Amino acid sequence: MDLLLQLLFQGIGIGSVYALVALGFVLIFRATNVVNFAQGEFSMVAAFLMVVFAVDLGWPYWLSFLVCLAGMALFGALFNLVVYYPLRHRTFLPVIISTIGASIFLANTTLALYGPQPQMLPGWFETQGFQVGGVYLDSQYLLIVAVTAVLVAFQYWFFEHTMLGKKLQATSQDKEMASLLGIPVAVMIMVTFIYSALLGGIAGILVAPILFVSIQMGGSIALKAFAATIIGGFGDVAGAIMGGIALGIVETFGAAYISVPYKDGFAFLVLVLFLIFRPQGIFGERVAEKA
Amino acid sequence: MKQDAAVIETASFPPATNPSRTGFAGYWCLALVAASAAMLTPVDNYTLNILMQAVTYAIAVFGLTIVLGLCGQINLAQAAFFGIGAYAVGLGTADFGISFWICLAGGALGAMLMGAVLGACTLRLGGHYLAMVTISFQQILTLIMINWIAVTHGPDGVTKIQRPPLLSAPQMYLGFCVMALAMIGFVVWHLPETRLGRSMRAVRDNELAAGVTGINVYQTKVAAFALSALLGGIAGGLFAGGFNYVSPDQFSFAESVVFLTMVLLGGVASPIGAAIGTALLILIPEWLRFLKAYPGLYLAIYGMAVILIVLFMPDGIWGFIKARLNRLVPASRAPGQFPALVLSQDAGRATASDITLEVQRLAKHFGGLKAVDDISFAVQRGSVHALIGPNGSGKTTTLNVLSGLYTPTAGKIVLDGRDITALPTHARTAAGLGRTFQNIRLFRSMTALENVEIGSEHPGNALVTGGRQAHAARARSALAFVGLAARADEPVTSFSYGHQRLIEIARALAGNPSVLLLDEPAAGLNSTEKAELSDLLKRIAAAGPTILIIDHDMTLVSEVASHITVLNFGRRIADGESLAVLSHPDVIAAYLGTEPDAPAGA
Repeated sequence: MDLLLQLLFQGIGIGSVYALVALGFVLIFRATNVVNFAQGEFSMVAAFLMVVFAVDLGWPYWLSFLVCLAGMALFGALFNLVVYYPLRHRTFLPVIISTIGASIFLANTTLALYGPQPQMLPGWFETQGFQVGGVYLDSQYLLIVAVTAVLVAFQYWFFEHTMLGKKLQATSQDKEMASLLGIPVAVMIMVTFIYSALLGGIAGILVAPILFVSIQMGGSIALKAFAATIIGGFGDVAGAIMGGIALGIVETFGAAYISVPYKDGFAFLVLVLFLIFRPQGIFGERVAEKA
Repeated sequence: MKQDAAVIETASFPPATNPSRTGFAGYWCLALVAASAAMLTPVDNYTLNILMQAVTYAIAVFGLTIVLGLCGQINLAQAAFFGIGAYAVGLGTADFGISFWICLAGGALGAMLMGAVLGACTLRLGGHYLAMVTISFQQILTLIMINWIAVTHGPDGVTKIQRPPLLSAPQMYLGFCVMALAMIGFVVWHLPETRLGRSMRAVRDNELAAGVTGINVYQTKVAAFALSALLGGIAGGLFAGGFNYVSPDQFSFAESVVFLTMVLLGGVASPIGAAIGTALLILIPEWLRFLKAYPGLYLAIYGMAVILIVLFMPDGIWGFIKARLNRLVPASRAPGQFPALVLSQDAGRATASDITLEVQRLAKHFGGLKAVDDISFAVQRGSVHALIGPNGSGKTTTLNVLSGLYTPTAGKIVLDGRDITALPTHARTAAGLGRTFQNIRLFRSMTALENVEIGSEHPGNALVTGGRQAHAARARSALAFVGLAARADEPVTSFSYGHQRLIEIARALAGNPSVLLLDEPAAGLNSTEKAELSDLLKRIAAAGPTILIIDHDMTLVSEVASHITVLNFGRRIADGESLAVLSHPDVIAAYLGTEPDAPAGA
């Protein structure tokens, strides 16, 4: 029983990271109708930046974190300008290919700059964790869950109760109409990319102390986050969060009871199973292209 | 019919892409020379390895030419299919002592089967899913290659891979691979001219239109994907034989990206592009060997190259060159002779009654919105029947349900006595339904002729017996019927809006529909064009097919239609002879609004 609870706790923790990245996926998808295949690299880049500031340069953790966030905001803007914006009037295929190219570029540039050796990032707190009954609550996992909860609440408030949030929603639902109403669509898309890079960055920094900081972490997180969006309901914010957490739990239990080397395979297996057996159930009635 | 056939034979069809006999011979001579050169020219080991890699990779990249270039579907797992072929030959010959040929065939078929299954699972969904699922498949396969040590030897890879006895000398084997490349290149080069290839291009250009011209979109995509995987498997098998050693890192996601870059760089549209891209991306890294000192730099440059190609050279190197060449050689083709278009209302179909299309209690709800609600009407054989109503009254929704783009919530559709409610779009076309779209949906990369040929080429078209020539002849006849025969070989994008509409009508007519659905054909036409359209519709009706037309232009409707059904808010408010319906008080109310307006849906 204690083991079950322990695994559940870890699953929710790691699942929260997938949920954050999945949220970034969904936001960009809703704003641009394109899946950003470099979403995971947002997390990887942020984690490496954190290693540079907090470990290599020895800056205080909170300061490094803030500098990282600023860096990620800039990075999101740059990414939009180079990878998405020039292709905005083309079909989705060139955009997908472009984001895949960006993903390869980012991972390997990091490899060229930092070498193949995985890096360690210490956790945020000195205290490792607490023993509650038979369950050990790791402080970093607690932090992840807490930050995810806060961000989800913030996002709800932002989109439902601020003017900027409403404008972003309008842009994602109908770009032409939004621009006719005087909403600067290009700015809204820019804001979406920046926000999405921040979400991905925070997820990367939070998960870095648990995993190693490596150039592979981006790809693996992105694929799982994408699987999460499908499991939860594609394009749906609440679905992405639920899907992410569910996937984290499946993966943790799979690694504990079935196989550690194939741990990364479970997400893909679940993804394929969902695509085969429950595609309509996930994203509801498919809206046909208007004839 | 005999006379028609005679005319077809004497017609001088321009060899659009068909190379002449000398072209064929030249190609094979060149292939033989290249293969003999590979066998006989003394080369050092280093060059041999590079050539071997280039030749086998090019075959795998041809696979991407099919799936991405021809059919517009993404495949990010080509290295996985390559790996299936390679491991089949590697493990089969080294561990089990099975004949090379059996292993090669088994690996290729295995890859094709995996491709078909993967495609069948995901190709009903959008392209994003396909991208993700192929990446997932790629990752799972890599995990298996590394971790299932008992079978795959894990990270160590497979050594002592055997070649077939006759080809055990490396250069003999290379020569054989060159011949294989030439043969597969030949097939891929000619694929766009086959029926399957044209279907793939149609699917790439416009899926909806492909469906209503009778193409099974889903099957076509799965076929493209499976073919691509098959070529990946063959290439991998040949690769394993060439190097005697394979290991998991040769088949990772990074390699899939390399394959993708190769096809993008060279140009996705043609196997020549694939060959150019492969050659360059194998040679450039060899020239830049010094970069190998920095791990990651290579792939970083690849990644950047992908972005730059997509941004600045979307058609690749070969596409760029070809555009220049085409400008030098202007296409001047004289239209040949062709028979007059034969349209028959009951070609090969059982005709039981005067009613050709019957709609019974049809409904389509979107959530709470009843876009079409309990509509019934019957279309008389050989008549022009109009479906009219104010904006948002459910006309286009009805048409979309009729042609199978929407699944009805309730009701039944009967065409020529056959219940077609459950049929997919392409099968309805085969059953005798043709349609055009309100916003024109032509296959934009093709000529007018090719567009109309695809319309002619579906299995339900009993009027055409014979191969491509017969369909081309029928397509020319259909274009002549709408008055565009002289411009048949021009790309559709060079036609005016009004003429594009006519091409769309010709495309539907070529398929010999018993009922032709026209969605606002007069929209956007000027008054001269409208008069011509009205004339054309009368000629069509006189020639056989029944027409069901939606339009706002009351002059046109009252001119051509003998029967009118009026919809308002998704319900039928009037139905009957034109004159009676147009003077019906409810219809006048709906159009002129004597009643207070309720908010319209859809």
